[in-house]
Amino acid sequence: ALSSGINAEYGTINTNYFIQTNLRMSLLPSLCTVKGLCILDNDGKRIISKYYDTTDDTFTTVKDQKVFEGKLFKATEKSASEIVSINNYTAVFRSNVDLFFYVFGDSRENELMLLAVLNSLYDAISMILRKNVEKRAIFDHMDSILLICDEVVDGGILLESDPNSVVNRVHVKNEDIPLSEQSVSQVLQTAKEQLKWSLLR
Amino acid sequence: KAVVSTQSTGTSVLQETRTFNETPLNTRKCIHVLAKIVYMINQGEQLSTTEAREAFFATTRLFQSKDVTLRRMVHLVIKELPTAPDDAIIATSSLTKDMTGKEDGYRATAIRSLCKITDMTMLTAIERYLKQALVDRNPAVSSAALVSTLHLGKDNSPAEMVKRWTNEINEALNSDNVMVQYHALGLMYSVKKHDRLAVSKLLAKYTKGGVRSPYASCFLIRIACKVIEENEQDNNGPLIDFLESCLRHKSEIVIYEAARALCNLPNLSGKDIAPAISVLQLFLSSPKPTLRFAAVKTLNKVATNYPSSVTMCNLDLEHLISDTNRSIATLAITTLLKTGNEGSIDRLMKQIQSFMSEIPDEFKIVVVRAIQGLCFKFPKKHDVMMNLLSTMLRDEGGYQYKEAIVNTIIAVIEANPASQDTGLYHLCEFIEDCEHGVLATKILHLLGREGPKTPTPSKFIRYIYNRVILENPTVRAAAVTSLAKFGAVCADLKPSILVLLRRCLFDTHDEVRDRATFYLSVLESENPTFINQYLLNTLQSSIVGLQSLLVHYIDNPTKEAFNLNSVPITTAPAEVTPSSKTDDMIVDAPRKPAVPTKTRQEEFAEKLSSIPEFARLGPVFKSSTKPIELSESETEYYVQCNVHTFARHLVLQFDVTNTLNDQQLENVMVEVDAESYHVLGHLACPVLTFNDPGTCYTLLQLPEDPAEVPNTLTCTLKFLVKDCDPATGEADPVGYDDEYVLEDLEIGLNSLFQKVFKTNFAAAWDELDADSQADETYTLTTVKSLEGAVEQLISFFGMQPCERTERTTEGKSSHILLLAGQYKDGVECLIKTKIVYDGAVNMKVSARSADPSLNELLVSSI
Repeated sequence: ALSSGINAEYGTINTNYFIQTNLRMSLLPSLCTVKGLCILDNDGKRIISKYYDTTDDTFTTVKDQKVFEGKLFKATEKSASEIVSINNYTAVFRSNVDLFFYVFGDSRENELMLLAVLNSLYDAISMILRKNVEKRAIFDHMDSILLICDEVVDGGILLESDPNSVVNRVHVKNEDIPLSEQSVSQVLQTAKEQLKWSLLR
Repeated sequence: KAVVSTQSTGTSVLQETRTFNETPLNTRKCIHVLAKIVYMINQGEQLSTTEAREAFFATTRLFQSKDVTLRRMVHLVIKELPTAPDDAIIATSSLTKDMTGKEDGYRATAIRSLCKITDMTMLTAIERYLKQALVDRNPAVSSAALVSTLHLGKDNSPAEMVKRWTNEINEALNSDNVMVQYHALGLMYSVKKHDRLAVSKLLAKYTKGGVRSPYASCFLIRIACKVIEENEQDNNGPLIDFLESCLRHKSEIVIYEAARALCNLPNLSGKDIAPAISVLQLFLSSPKPTLRFAAVKTLNKVATNYPSSVTMCNLDLEHLISDTNRSIATLAITTLLKTGNEGSIDRLMKQIQSFMSEIPDEFKIVVVRAIQGLCFKFPKKHDVMMNLLSTMLRDEGGYQYKEAIVNTIIAVIEANPASQDTGLYHLCEFIEDCEHGVLATKILHLLGREGPKTPTPSKFIRYIYNRVILENPTVRAAAVTSLAKFGAVCADLKPSILVLLRRCLFDTHDEVRDRATFYLSVLESENPTFINQYLLNTLQSSIVGLQSLLVHYIDNPTKEAFNLNSVPITTAPAEVTPSSKTDDMIVDAPRKPAVPTKTRQEEFAEKLSSIPEFARLGPVFKSSTKPIELSESETEYYVQCNVHTFARHLVLQFDVTNTLNDQQLENVMVEVDAESYHVLGHLACPVLTFNDPGTCYTLLQLPEDPAEVPNTLTCTLKFLVKDCDPATGEADPVGYDDEYVLEDLEIGLNSLFQKVFKTNFAAAWDELDADSQADETYTLTTVKSLEGAVEQLISFFGMQPCERTERTTEGKSSHILLLAGQYKDGVECLIKTKIVYDGAVNMKVSARSADPSLNELLVSSI
């Protein structure tokens, strides 16, 4: 009878634990704060999107992701101020000319943390683009933009919150070579590539 | 705009990777092609396995270039391309060289790429380098190593090797770089989290200071919260002190995290969270929208449990109603609705009115739900709130929004009879100009049910008849039915209703004409039975049950007519309960499917009919509404019983759970013993393993005399025990018989009666023969209030309370309870109980039905 009593006790402990983990008001301690980030154009079309939580059913397929991006865009296109809640997610955003930048996480996530991620991303991009944050410029510097996204968030974890460090790490050496030092063919190639990028849009 | 088709982009970009073979290498061009590959993958284009493979191999060629940006792009592409582990080995050595090399520009990215593509078997080769990188003087490298190590762990537990790295992680924890410290704390926690002592040591050390990174501080707060929640009540003091000290941190992100943590902690008093509330109050007037949002969202949550603590923020919250961010404004409104008192409602409603036109429908629905909650809380203020709701009904808005308002008005009418007149009137106004047919028919149905009982039913006729003239066929048909109900109840209106119905005979749609013809002949027959059965208290059969029985009837031709009484009755519509969902900020909640779902009753019926032994018993008449516990859930064997009544039998369904992990039970059954019952058989549950519920049945013959049905049954659980290994679940080959005494099972009169909903009880009552009515007077000594008596009577008879008589009016000393039910052979019974309370409960029970002996049974059974 004694052993069975103990076992019964185990049973209740287990169920209690189960209930606690399911109904938690706050999140378990984890560095993974960001569910995803995206940059959309002024038609709501994806330019760059990264989704970090592979266990989240909302973002399993590309189609699901684009549905979510549609909701994000609809909720923010006419709004001027930086935060919105969608389903069980909180998204912070910034827009400029023809671009929308979003960072989103669980609705129980610290909103200021998400904002820190967004600011790091946006300010780093703004520095690289010399404050000229618009769609054309993004496509002209796609390589640097991709590298910035990779430097700011790694697998949902905020990797670097200081935009200056992000820019230093991305190390855009080629941009700094004065035109005169590049060979003629290189300049031509650059022009060609930029033309191609504008067609890809 | 140039749209490039999926196929052409994918292939053409991959063709461009030929550039990677050129000598000399055009660095710039290569970078662009790599960027295009990543962009293409990011757009969601699917590469075939071969394509991905080719792209991967082409990319690895680029390791020959020394260009830093190119190398970083190569690292990125390797990470993004879906690569088979076998192929990944090709890149491993180059990446390892990059991560240990001298060029700082790409060491960090090499680590992250390498850890991404590597699997556990290859890990041992790089383990040494990774461990060194944790404490690299370059913060980018250190962070990359810490974060990648964290990602390497599966299912939230870190890789085995990491447990030997605590010295290195500790060193990183003391780094000057804020990000490195943050990442190191995350990794340290993931190593220690299953060791409670180690976690408290970690907390004790770092809550005293030494954390420079605000992100790390936030993380510490989260760990502290988890520990507090898991701890027993005592010894949480230091941690709560730590949380409070964080309220004075210099960084907003930490202050907010701490305030939120304090508000979310269970078992804190209003006084404990006061400092956190003050901090949040300051944030409410911050120029940063995110900070305002965060603060109001937290306060909204707190207001659910501690409305009075949030009251001090009311002034600031009122300012936020005009916030340009509508999410913030909506949260502010709903918080105010929670903290508001009766006196502030008028002002609040005015503010809401001006604010409603500016927000999208999703937010409006949230506000409507909050108002509904308020209507239940302050019934006296229904006038102001009804007015606001009706204004909202008239304003622009989509179907879901309008539906939410209509449902709210209906719920308020049901809960508060004083609001009925104004509520119905507002709904009438609404259907005058309503584009949603579903809502119009719903309202017309409600009018037909409630309108005739109001003091001046005639004023509704105009609104209803207007629908007959102006609407589409569906709404017209609903309006005709509604009109007929007025004719059935209100004698003085009947002549006019007949005239109106006759006009409907010329309608263009046959459903409308058919209904008008039918109702005309019912009304003109002047036969109270017809009027009652076809107009006022119509058929209540369960649709699913009717369908399955009709299919059965067609499949098995007989000469007998189909017996409608054999169809199970739908259980009465669920009560509208005050919604408590107002605290959720649902912007886009998934909608419930509108298909009729099976009730509990129908599910049981389906389950029972699939058991061949019970097939000959006929359809189930009734299943008990909730399971009866025969042992407590903490005991060795947890047993619940459901009682199913058939025409001449009872089936007892025992759901048994074995809570012992060292036992396996076999051949489990419940033996039942009672004088008046004859046990016909058992259906045992063959095997019952740990924590996996099983079901066994006992079949009883119902006594001929219904008076013998109420009885107490003694129950004993009998089974064969086999000891088993808790770890593997493997059981011993030999077992022994054992039994376990369960609590007694009470079978009451209520298992013989099914609930029937009568919308017009008086009509049904008058229709039944008054001469055979049986009466009896009782004095209850055990019950001490009217509500108690009402509750007990309802559960005793198992019948449906009608016309909302299950609710007693506060302060009154007498009450009339109306119950309607159906006996198992199909006879309908009505019970009218007058209850008077004067220190003791006195009541007079009267029963009517077509069967006088049943009446006697009912009144004498108490």
